[in-house]
Amino acid sequence: MSSTVGRIAIVLLPLLVIAVFWAMSAMERRVAGHPGERGFLQRNGAAISLYLILAVGIWTLLLIVLPQLYMVDFSFHPKLPPAQRGGERDVYTLENYRYFIYGSTVRTDQLNTVHLKAFFLTIGASIFITALNFAICYPIAYYMAQVAGPARLRVLLLLLIVPYWINEILRAFALRVIFGVNGLLNTGLMAIGVISDPIDFIGQDIALYTGLSYAYLLIMVFPLYNAIESLDKNQIEAARDLGAPWWHIHLNVVMPFAKPGIAAGCTLVFMLTAGALAAPLILGGPKSLWFTPIVYDRFYQAFNWNQGSAYAFILLLTCIAFVLVVLKAFKVSLGEITR
Amino acid sequence: MSADVELDRVTIRFGSFTAVRNATLKINNGEFFSFLGPSGCGKTTILRTISGFLEPSEGAVRIGGRDMRGIGPNKRPTALIFQNLALFPLMSVAENIGYGLRVRGVPGEARRRRVDELLNLIAMPGAGDKLVSELSGGMRQRVAIARALAVEPQVLLLDEPLSALDLKLRQHMRNELRNIQQRVGITFIYITHDQGEALTMSDRIAVMNAGVIEQVGDGRSIYDRPETAFVASFVGENNPFEGRVVAAENGHAVIESPVGRLRGRNRRAVSIGDPAVLFVRPEIFALGSGHEDGSLESEVLNVAFEGNTTHLFLRGPDPKKPIMVSVPRGAGSSIPEQGSRTAIRFDPEDALVLPAGSLARE
Ligand SMILES: Nc1ncnc2c1ncn2[C@@H]1O[C@H](COP(=O)(O)OP(=O)(O)OP(=O)(O)O)[C@@H](O)[C@H]1O
Ligand SMILES: [Mg+2]
Repeated sequence: MSSTVGRIAIVLLPLLVIAVFWAMSAMERRVAGHPGERGFLQRNGAAISLYLILAVGIWTLLLIVLPQLYMVDFSFHPKLPPAQRGGERDVYTLENYRYFIYGSTVRTDQLNTVHLKAFFLTIGASIFITALNFAICYPIAYYMAQVAGPARLRVLLLLLIVPYWINEILRAFALRVIFGVNGLLNTGLMAIGVISDPIDFIGQDIALYTGLSYAYLLIMVFPLYNAIESLDKNQIEAARDLGAPWWHIHLNVVMPFAKPGIAAGCTLVFMLTAGALAAPLILGGPKSLWFTPIVYDRFYQAFNWNQGSAYAFILLLTCIAFVLVVLKAFKVSLGEITR
Repeated sequence: MSADVELDRVTIRFGSFTAVRNATLKINNGEFFSFLGPSGCGKTTILRTISGFLEPSEGAVRIGGRDMRGIGPNKRPTALIFQNLALFPLMSVAENIGYGLRVRGVPGEARRRRVDELLNLIAMPGAGDKLVSELSGGMRQRVAIARALAVEPQVLLLDEPLSALDLKLRQHMRNELRNIQQRVGITFIYITHDQGEALTMSDRIAVMNAGVIEQVGDGRSIYDRPETAFVASFVGENNPFEGRVVAAENGHAVIESPVGRLRGRNRRAVSIGDPAVLFVRPEIFALGSGHEDGSLESEVLNVAFEGNTTHLFLRGPDPKKPIMVSVPRGAGSSIPEQGSRTAIRFDPEDALVLPAGSLARE
């Protein structure tokens, strides 16, 4: 498929789908009456049902499943010049994964310390940042959901949302300006005499972790807010009346109730942080270790898509496994998260 | 230790709105005390002040003689049962009941024993493992009581706990509550807007209206000897006749009302010229004419036969509120027909003249 045809298809197909869908629903409305509590087929009519199934099915297949499968397949093949693809040297191999662990496609006597370290550091730091995010957001969410009056709530929401209108890259650069050697923070601290020499916030990765913590703060606040908001105030007062100190109430009444929201917020933030690219690229110092830029480099510096796929796949699987284990440990089902 | 609850000139304001005005009363240890009043009169506000969720804007709350100012709800010897119960939905019945004990660090074994005792007290033995969502309304009610009793409060505060139940269950739970109170022997402070509930259960009742405590007394004295027009009209059925006092002597007063001169007892010492209301309860009226200032005549608007009594509704001075007369079965006299004019009489000894004031809305 030539690139022009591909481009046209990408632009036109969604529009076409929307148009067709709209036309069919308009027709359906005229023919059938009010949709009641019936089965999927009866509710939508045969034509629309078939269309929905096909559209959603094809879309999932084309845009989500196939590319992923393709990547998986890619990761088990060696990097070859285009001419040799599909040739006799294009066999299934574990060499890309071997490279991640041993730093070589053939040897296994030495570990690939740089990549391994970055990988585990990324997972560890993401866990830490998720926990930090939770610690910051829980009081905010609790305040918004149970304490603040409607007027104060609106102001708070606005204050939380407005910074996120600025896109991620700009926000990261703004932090770089603040944390730079001649940045706002250093200048300020030196002006009031707290420090005499500028601190290298970027080299020390302080900027990176701050940026990453800030990047997905909102994504933690809203699921928490939603969950805590539906808790009856009287339950908190009942616990207090029975003699519970405030921390006991949070630990045993509010948090268990908000568990699905906590799980949703934490898994989202963890996944997004572990997979963040812009913040590490912009805020990372010269010696910073974050796994996503390494994956990126596999694709675009080393031009080794096979290895890049393997790396991306490793990160994805580890994150999913980790999240599932944590959910299991806290006895939260996947269904509850979406509540 | 005695746990008298004392309100000493308690005023509670929300901003510029005064929800409770200058409430003073003393509730004795072991008493079943009710606050009775229409919706919005400040009952919950008083209860929340006793339990410590609100501080009085003026005045003091004392429990067992100790001023409670600055002492939080978790430190007071009170336990509150909320209007909506507020059981913890994610905990089992036993965990709910044992929550207060867990907070106090009571070890598992002792806690289990105490929870079992309480389950027996509320007649739900063996129900500890149930989830709150599996319980009926009445059972939830009892679990809420057990949860509050578990921490051995000296005062149990109940905020209209029966209002969500259906009539039958409500009547059953009234007895149940009274029984539990007698068994545990602690002070119960009970809130209701249902006068029947207050009259049947309480040792004493405080009748409230618009943030003011109008009268405190046992059920009989509140019914028989109301001190204000509001109490007379709120507790039990009553027929008000408004007018001006034209004579007052020998403990009686006569008012000039739109239906003529009427006489009643003058306990509150109204004097000639005062605006006043004369109250006659439906069961005080009898059919037939009588004394000049103890009878009136009017048109029968409606006749309602209710088995042991028949209610007659006569056109009264207020077109929206007919005069209600109950005629017991076997009273001898024949019941007048709808649309006819009839005379009714009453013994002025049983009618009350009170200073004019706001009446309870129906
Ligand atoms: N937190 C508050 N802020 C402002 N006004 C309040 C507050 N709480 C109660 N009020 C007002 O105080 C008055 C008394 O309220 P309260 O809840 O004590 O009534 P109540 O007698 O318990 O009524 P109900 O029988 O309907 O429960 C009401 O007019 C209410 O609007
Ligand atoms: Mg109330």
